[in-house]
Amino acid sequence: MPKINVTMIVNGEEVSGLAEPRTLLVHYLRETLNLTGTHIGCETSHCGACTIDLDGVSVKSCTRFAVQAEGAHIRTIEGMANADGTLHQLQESFRQMHGLQCGYCTPGMILRAWRLLQENPRPSEDEIRHGIAGNLCRCTGYQNIVKSIQHAAAALNGETFAEAAQ
Amino acid sequence: MIPGAFEYHRPKTLGDAISMLASLGEDARPLAGGHSLIPLMKQRLSAPSHLIDLAGVSDLTAIREENGALVIGAMVTQRALLASALVQVKAPLLIEAALQIADPQIRALGTLGGNVANGDPGNDMPAVMMCLDASYVVQGPKGERQIKARDFYRGAYDTALAAGEILTAIHVPITAGQGTAYEKLKRKIGDYAVAAAAVVLTMANGKVATCSIGLTNVAPTPLWAKDAAAMLVGTTLDAASVKNAVAAAEAITDPASDGRGPPDYRRKMAGIMLTRALARAASRAA
Repeated sequence: MPKINVTMIVNGEEVSGLAEPRTLLVHYLRETLNLTGTHIGCETSHCGACTIDLDGVSVKSCTRFAVQAEGAHIRTIEGMANADGTLHQLQESFRQMHGLQCGYCTPGMILRAWRLLQENPRPSEDEIRHGIAGNLCRCTGYQNIVKSIQHAAAALNGETFAEAAQ
Repeated sequence: MIPGAFEYHRPKTLGDAISMLASLGEDARPLAGGHSLIPLMKQRLSAPSHLIDLAGVSDLTAIREENGALVIGAMVTQRALLASALVQVKAPLLIEAALQIADPQIRALGTLGGNVANGDPGNDMPAVMMCLDASYVVQGPKGERQIKARDFYRGAYDTALAAGEILTAIHVPITAGQGTAYEKLKRKIGDYAVAAAAVVLTMANGKVATCSIGLTNVAPTPLWAKDAAAMLVGTTLDAASVKNAVAAAEAITDPASDGRGPPDYRRKMAGIMLTRALARAASRAA
């Protein structure tokens, strides 16, 4: 099949490239744009490792064709750090609160948590758990992921999260 | 997990989409949110040679009230449905069901139209629509027609949609003042139902005045349990009446044996979900 030119705005930068219609967005990000921070876990829409932010919603990029993202505004983990190179508060909180062990699910977790906090800057623990229900972690048991997000939410609101990591 | 090759089309109007579907033939499929179709394509269980993406068709995302019904565009996502104040007030059963579909990412892209049109027996909305007596607006080369949800499902992935037709909107009768509930048993977030039951009922003087029941994922099609619902009309939902109706509902199920359990278990779980949904719907009936 002929390739189609696709233009999208990824991490604030307009990028164009050719994609076969059947190319999944996650493969396009990783292999054509060399943005390998977005991970492929299950490739069956379950695990959420491939979660990115697309036009203001969290999306599993393994269940989208690249050609569907024509004109889309996309944020991946490569676009999370601050302009001066320091970690985004969510990244910093995941580090401090031990929100990752092997790290495989982390890019998807952080992108999902970022959108959750955009929509709900002060989520309850229950809202966080429902918010990340589409992201699987096989290491942490989720406790410290939830605390990382609580920690980041507090810091972003200028507050202190008193609990320690477990 | 690479889908087969296909050509991608992105029409700007519904008319263009319909004529493309007609001219490209049987191997062309409309693409909505893609959250049923793309997984099937990745497993090569579906291999359309043309995909007609409806995302560029602008008039399929509205939700409005019209003649005692909500008219919901086929491309309304589950997320947009959940955010709609109109749906929250006029059709809370849809909110309850949509919240139990998959996870936030999938609800962000998965559409109501795709959920009901695909004919997947695991999808939640078809039984809900049968329970509510919703109608589907479909448009094709011969014009527009409406099909009742209760007449739409013929088998797994087999529906009353004719070749070249696209489901464009859903008419959902308004249930404000009625008691509704959707009870779903699933093994984990993101899984299809082991069994699920939808109930819409009204009460008058402590007795059931009207009742409708839908069942999800316990047969090759969603089920409308007409006889079971009729048995409850005129009762106080006493234990014996509920038991009889649940037995009648269980009797029309024909569940598959899969990772969600053997048929006998899933049939029994359909009965449990129905029992719970009846109680909750009754508690909500004005």
